[in-house]
Amino acid sequence: MAKITFDGIEVEVPDGTTILNAARQIGGSIVPPAMCYYTPLKGSGGKCRACLVRVAAGSAKDPRPMPKLVASCVTPVQDGMIVENTTSEQVMDVRKGIVEMLLINHPLDCPVCDQAGECDLQNFAYEHGVSTTRYVEERRTFEKIDIGPLIQLHMTRCILCYRCVYTADQLTDKRVHGVLGRGDAAEIGTYIENIIDNDFSGNVIDVCPVGALTDKTFRFKQRVWFTKPVNAHRDCENEKCGGRVVLWYKGKDVLRVTARKDEYGEVKEWICNTCRFDKKETADWTIEGPAHIDRSSVISANHYELPVVNPQVIADLPESSVRDLEQNPPMKLGN
Amino acid sequence: MGRKLLTEHINVEGIDTLEVYRKHGGYRSVEKAIKTMTPEEVVEEVKKSGLRGRGGAGFPTGMKWSFLAKPEGVPRYLVCNADESEPGTFKDRQLMSKLPHLLIEGMITSSYALGANTSYIYIRGELLYVLRILEKAIAEAYAAGYLGKNILGSGYDLDLYLHPGGGAYICGEETALLESLEGKRGNPRNKPPFPAVQGLYARPTVVNNVESIAAIPVIVNEGGDEYAKIGIGRSTGTKLISACGHLNKPGIYEIELGLPVEEFIYSDEYCGGIWKGRELKAVVAGGSSVPILPKELILKTAAGENRLMTYESLSDGGFVTGTMLGSGGFIAMDETTCIVRNTWNFSRFYHHESCGQCSPCREGTGWLEKVLHRLEYGHGRMEDIDLLVSVAKQIEGNTICPLGEAAAWPVAAAVRHFREEFEWHVTNAKEAVQPGAVFPGKAVLV
Repeated sequence: MAKITFDGIEVEVPDGTTILNAARQIGGSIVPPAMCYYTPLKGSGGKCRACLVRVAAGSAKDPRPMPKLVASCVTPVQDGMIVENTTSEQVMDVRKGIVEMLLINHPLDCPVCDQAGECDLQNFAYEHGVSTTRYVEERRTFEKIDIGPLIQLHMTRCILCYRCVYTADQLTDKRVHGVLGRGDAAEIGTYIENIIDNDFSGNVIDVCPVGALTDKTFRFKQRVWFTKPVNAHRDCENEKCGGRVVLWYKGKDVLRVTARKDEYGEVKEWICNTCRFDKKETADWTIEGPAHIDRSSVISANHYELPVVNPQVIADLPESSVRDLEQNPPMKLGN
Repeated sequence: MGRKLLTEHINVEGIDTLEVYRKHGGYRSVEKAIKTMTPEEVVEEVKKSGLRGRGGAGFPTGMKWSFLAKPEGVPRYLVCNADESEPGTFKDRQLMSKLPHLLIEGMITSSYALGANTSYIYIRGELLYVLRILEKAIAEAYAAGYLGKNILGSGYDLDLYLHPGGGAYICGEETALLESLEGKRGNPRNKPPFPAVQGLYARPTVVNNVESIAAIPVIVNEGGDEYAKIGIGRSTGTKLISACGHLNKPGIYEIELGLPVEEFIYSDEYCGGIWKGRELKAVVAGGSSVPILPKELILKTAAGENRLMTYESLSDGGFVTGTMLGSGGFIAMDETTCIVRNTWNFSRFYHHESCGQCSPCREGTGWLEKVLHRLEYGHGRMEDIDLLVSVAKQIEGNTICPLGEAAAWPVAAAVRHFREEFEWHVTNAKEAVQPGAVFPGKAVLV
């Protein structure tokens, strides 16, 4: 076990845990944002640099600070490490820069983007960005690429997090897409023209942090915050599929089926394309009850619940918040 | 005359053949190391020599070797980084094409020291002619029993492979090189784990530059202590400098570390002064990725002492008044050089070569290039100058690999030392865009 201090809060985690996951054990708004890291995907992380933190002391044995900011998602903790995230001005400053960089080519078309309300970049920019940009050059645009009847690829919105590539690599045995080109000319592509059509291809939609890969069977049918998420399951014929999903209802209609995600937007179990695209009748499913939506999603911004904080761990929580929490303990929808 | 440790016989006819190379003392270090020394003793000699990595970072080679994890029953690898491709740096290619057996000898001795039974030379794909020369030399070394099974009857086996890269600058970054060598896209890896623990095929690996490996035979033959006597302080031995730009005698020079920069530029033994009798304006001392310095600062340190060709002296004053020895790519610019254009040109290179894996480098290098392009072509705004510095700062230190810094430092340094010239490009845009137009004023020192 290793004991680290993250933003002044001590936490003990197993050796080999990354700084980010140690912070997630504390929870709340001090957790660094992550655009490319995705726990279920081996090898992901370290690319977007959104989760950079300052290591003020490397370890108890070697308390020297690390010379550069480190990507918290891929840096393992050391016993006695002291990490600064929200408490470091440098980190906050860099994060503004990262938002600015990511928004250079990502269009601000949230009003018409299908990912609005569920977009990690939208949340990241809202929490850490500034409202203006200094970029006046021409931005990069792409012709639309057809990658099949189920998934829409919008390369203009892609931030090259590589999550979909790892998904295809690790979930399926016939990957047809990857990253082509390099630098700011890099793009997700299917080399020549190909259709992404394996059984688990739909999962690339779930892992995409922005609106680059969206569900063709759901696009433009509804804004997500007008839909009602409901947990459901079925006995799926596909061995690798857990069959546990979230159904997104509008009235009596199931508009969309997705995998279940945790509070950091990471799927708990992958689901197959049959569950995702073909089973859109309530009769196909055993309903469990309303799904719980966490963190900074537009859906939770309607204050169905109090923010996720852990009063036991965060010692210096403002008194008003502690009082608020005591009077209104977090409750789950549907309980 | 400075001593030549690597290039003494470089102009001997047929030195690229095993026969002639051996006549001039070739492969002595292999015999000595394998027959009379333990691997640990070889590592110890390299440590004593104080040799620092000649690829650019200047990390002590012996220390790097001693970091190599040595778990039982697990193969270890030595990889030679021959992917030289930084603008201004062209010394390894010459070393390999003229003295292929020196590199091979170094590879064998180093592999023995590290306990590696398989080693690789990762060579830049464009250097096809060098590849052919090395291929021939490796075949000769196999035939002579210096490579293969039971080398010189010692029981030590070594296989040496040549691997041409695809010609991407990023593949010179050691972890991107390893990815490429494994047959994947050449994207740098996150560190830790470092290659010494998890390198090629997730095994302990040492990656060394061509020139570093070529210095090993000399160190083994003469002894680490003797090698350390050359040079000054922690900058020991000799260094190949590839000098280009507005010099009377551009070329590749082997210098003893500690040579004054002024002597290197102006003496007839080396570059012979600035061409056409012009004034020196600025120098990039260690390849295009290091900060540019104006004449006054490259010749003297901030304290007014002579600037020497050493790791320490060149970096004296940090990045405010200093630069780096880097890979020894020495680019001299005369008074007719447009710094804005030059900076744009460097920036164009880094924009083109960014792998695109991490966001600050992918987006930032393009941004820098576009702003510089505008400034150079008369469409700049005054605020662009500070914008350049700010964007460079956003990239520097925040990327997976050092390409971010390589892109940011030249831009930040050019603005730091030649801000007036950038301003002139904004205020006198019409004049500045004329072919051959150069800022008429003098650079203002910080």
